[in-house]
Amino acid sequence: MTQVTQGPAKTRAQIQAKTLRTDPWYRSPRVTATGLTIIVLYLLFASFANTDYIFGSYISPLYSPCLATTCTPSDSSFFLVPWLTWLTPAIIIIGGPLGFRFTCYYYRKAYYRSFWRSPAACAVAEPHARYRGESRLPLIIQNVHRYFFWIAIAFNIFLTYDAVVAFKNPYTGAWGHFGVGTLMLVVNAILLWIYSVSCHACRHITGGRLKHFSKHPVRYKAWTVISRLNNYHMQFAWVSLTWVTLTDLYIRLAAAGVFGHGRWI
Amino acid sequence: MAYMANLRVWRGDHGEGKLVDYSVEVNEGEVVLDILHRLQATQANDLALRWNCKAGKCGSCSMEINGRPRLGCMTRMSIFDQDQVLTITPMRTFPVIRDLVTDVSFNYEKARQIPSFSPDPATKPGEFRMQQVDVQRSQEFRKCIECYLCQNVCHVIRDHEENMPAYAGPRFLMRVAELEMHPADMADRRNIAQDDFGLGYCNITKCCTEVCPEGIHITDNALIPLKERVVGRKYDPLVWLGGKITRKQHRDTPRVPGKH
Repeated sequence: MTQVTQGPAKTRAQIQAKTLRTDPWYRSPRVTATGLTIIVLYLLFASFANTDYIFGSYISPLYSPCLATTCTPSDSSFFLVPWLTWLTPAIIIIGGPLGFRFTCYYYRKAYYRSFWRSPAACAVAEPHARYRGESRLPLIIQNVHRYFFWIAIAFNIFLTYDAVVAFKNPYTGAWGHFGVGTLMLVVNAILLWIYSVSCHACRHITGGRLKHFSKHPVRYKAWTVISRLNNYHMQFAWVSLTWVTLTDLYIRLAAAGVFGHGRWI
Repeated sequence: MAYMANLRVWRGDHGEGKLVDYSVEVNEGEVVLDILHRLQATQANDLALRWNCKAGKCGSCSMEINGRPRLGCMTRMSIFDQDQVLTITPMRTFPVIRDLVTDVSFNYEKARQIPSFSPDPATKPGEFRMQQVDVQRSQEFRKCIECYLCQNVCHVIRDHEENMPAYAGPRFLMRVAELEMHPADMADRRNIAQDDFGLGYCNITKCCTEVCPEGIHITDNALIPLKERVVGRKYDPLVWLGGKITRKQHRDTPRVPGKH
């Protein structure tokens, strides 16, 4: 009679340590968490402040486009929204850029690692008992990213308009002015365009969804350029976010009279 | 200049085991696999170790060195301090057979589930033509040496063994992406990518890309593009509406047996 031997149970190596990594793996998530927390707290403060967001021809990027009827009059104030006036003009529009960044593939990685610790670093055990990721609610909503991309493009158009308007003299209204605020707003618009265009949704829309690049040479060329930019999407995300913060800070301090109207021309 | 390296190697079988200390000679230019071979030759003749090419092309000597998933043959000893203790363990995600050898059959099972290349049946032999720009995206994924370090490091299955039936892991999602992007493949794999191979479990934290010894941009070039394609098929209402208006027909692959 043939004897059947049972194979041993399949078991992973029983190693209790959360990780055996000896390098400072905790540094990157801590730096990311600290940076994001500082910027988010500042932006929240600035969005709720509802004051000092316009200085001459400059408008803070957080308050543009200024849609509420309660906006301070300026070239970028449109007075289109008569309701929700108990909210600040920044809070009314914050959903657009916030949604774009929150669902951005880079920021997802950043906050999943640094806040949710899922995982904090590679080969470091995560603390959660169960994990379903983005396969179901609520995180399946992250798939809305491509819609926020188009919203971000609309915002970029307004912020580009603000950068153009910043060339107007704040007192006389004559064109040809160039000051610190002009430079801040121009660089801000450029960085936001680069960040938006380098995003993965844009890369997909432009050409990533195609099967035959050879049949669409223009889209293939655009996809190639965006793919190159996409390699630095993380850097663009950080630089553009920081620059938005600094631009608001400059305009806020200038409007509050902390320093004078820096101008070169 | 030769020196003695302090090693802690996981020894055991079928899960039971412990870290054992060794002191092994290291010579200039050597890699971790050389040291393990010297250990095997001089002190631990029964050390089980899988290896083959010693050139980073066969993907056999995957292990964890100081907690980081690496190929033993591509990890130079010179990157470590001479007084540093090297902890060498088997890949954590897969069951241990003995010492550093793991049972990676999970990966073969997942590989078999992927519907194969499906060209247009009307294309006759000799008529198959492709342009380089059309296939170069997929060619990056063909560099994969199947070391399974990406599968090992992916927290979806590394920290949650219960997800293994539902999730194929980055290597095989990359294979789905490769076929999905292939210019001559007629099948629509977007439904099975999400429903049968668990693409939604991936939260794009890029560990697979970090550990890939071939430098394949798994997350940016395979997983995220595949996610975007899946959105177009399953979650984008405008694309859905456009498909209804133009009466677009999708050539879905058969679903994976046992998944539905």
